[in-house]
Amino acid sequence: MTYGPARALPGDQIKITTNPDTEPFWEAAKEHKLTACQCGACGKFRMPPTPVCPECGSREKNWPTLPGTATVFSYVVCNKNPKNGEDYVYVPVVVDLDGAPGARLNANVSGCDADDVYIGMKVVVDWTPIQDGWVLPNFKKA
Amino acid sequence: MAWANQDKTAIVGIGATDYYVRGKSWPRTINDMAAEAIMNACADAGISHKQIDGFAYYSTAGAGYLDKFDTASLMETLGMPHISYSATLTSGGGGCPGAIGLATAGLMNEDCTYTVTLMALQQLPQHRLGVVFGASAPSPENSFLQPSGLVGPGHLMSMLTRRHMHLYGTQPEAFKEIVQATRANTHNRPKAVRRNPLSDEEYWGSPMLADPLRRLDFCLETDGAVAVITTTMDRAKDCRHKPAVVHACAHGGQREWGRAFAWMGMPDPHFASSGHKFTADRIWAQSGLTAKDVDVALIYDHFSPMVLMQLEDYGFCEKGEGSDYVLSGKIRYDAATQGGVNGGVPVNTHGGNLNEAYIIGMTHIVEGVEQVRGTAINQVKDAEFALVSGGPASLPVSSLILRSA
Repeated sequence: MTYGPARALPGDQIKITTNPDTEPFWEAAKEHKLTACQCGACGKFRMPPTPVCPECGSREKNWPTLPGTATVFSYVVCNKNPKNGEDYVYVPVVVDLDGAPGARLNANVSGCDADDVYIGMKVVVDWTPIQDGWVLPNFKKA
Repeated sequence: MAWANQDKTAIVGIGATDYYVRGKSWPRTINDMAAEAIMNACADAGISHKQIDGFAYYSTAGAGYLDKFDTASLMETLGMPHISYSATLTSGGGGCPGAIGLATAGLMNEDCTYTVTLMALQQLPQHRLGVVFGASAPSPENSFLQPSGLVGPGHLMSMLTRRHMHLYGTQPEAFKEIVQATRANTHNRPKAVRRNPLSDEEYWGSPMLADPLRRLDFCLETDGAVAVITTTMDRAKDCRHKPAVVHACAHGGQREWGRAFAWMGMPDPHFASSGHKFTADRIWAQSGLTAKDVDVALIYDHFSPMVLMQLEDYGFCEKGEGSDYVLSGKIRYDAATQGGVNGGVPVNTHGGNLNEAYIIGMTHIVEGVEQVRGTAINQVKDAEFALVSGGPASLPVSSLILRSA
């Protein structure tokens, strides 16, 4: 199977919402800073951000700026835009975030052919403007 | 330790509507289909639907997906004089067999006497299960999932499948075998949606929806309703058929699976699994059985690789060996011997969600009942124990062992 270039989904079709537990992640993204929710007491990371540390029960949180690099943990190749069904090759990935052990993100990867994505591939954050002034972290081949 | 409620209740009635391809059930309504399934199940049990005084559901507090049904509307629709038990197992289709455990809880607590477990499903064009995540409004949590274009359950299962292939060398041929082996069981089932034999060419030619999974690795999108009646063993003796005894029933899961595929934080080896290990261990402990002791396995098959991963989690084979197990023919049903192939346990003798119909797992319970009654269309000879599973899905998932009376 030959898919050709992997493209992130169009940002103008993507909408998010936030709440007080998740908003710091998205505010950082607006400044092109990749962060993850870290427990202020025990230091363990968790994503998506949640109100209470599942390890120690603390409500204290840190939002450290991460290096912005990651490793592909798994991926899927899709060839239809989910919004309108048009042919559109994109590669959803689950990545392990460098500097935040245990924290993962779901995103798209681009900068290579979809056929060349592999588990263990090193990627680097790539910012995609989306609706309402928010910015989405996707990834490019490192 | 053996389950305190072991062999104390039984499923005594099964009933269903016809199975319709998605959207084709209109102008029937959800309550129309639900009522028909319940009345058919009561007729099968030999009781009046006005004797029903308990509901044990799964899949959200309102019960059902999309168009909902609930206790109040069903009670009014069917003229049930009173209801003394109404309970729902949380989460999704993973709760299907676990709802029989809720029924048992109500019965053993003497809250009720005849309990119905039901799923009714209608997927009109404006709402389909297959795009359920993508079509829903953004929420703070799904804002970490939706933007990646992982819009349906199949996309998420593909992600788990890819990891399984990476870790264990699992072959796509194994997914083909799961679809073909269970398709081979539907040619003689009048209500099955997909009855034609499935060739290799047809399977490999099936469009990739979410590589590595093809359309034929996805279950059917079906409309219809299925209901079953559970009661105590004392009452079961007076019903029309041999009771399908509830031997063990467990639901739950462990934190490593957690929010599972709406989260994707599962560590290995849980990521590349069905998330059933905890529940599997519980049901074997409850029953004193192992996978090799069951005569037939009705395994929730919304996506073909999840059958393979459940075979591993329930111990039909070792973790990572599902591909070889399946490819050696061990999930096949051999009509000539009415038994397994190559030492395996027949899986989804009714064709499963992939081929017969997808009523969110209820058809697996029906087949389990028919197998231990001895009346299944593809009967396993002398079937004593049937395993039924629900999920993989967000927790809780569940499973049930039915025993021949």
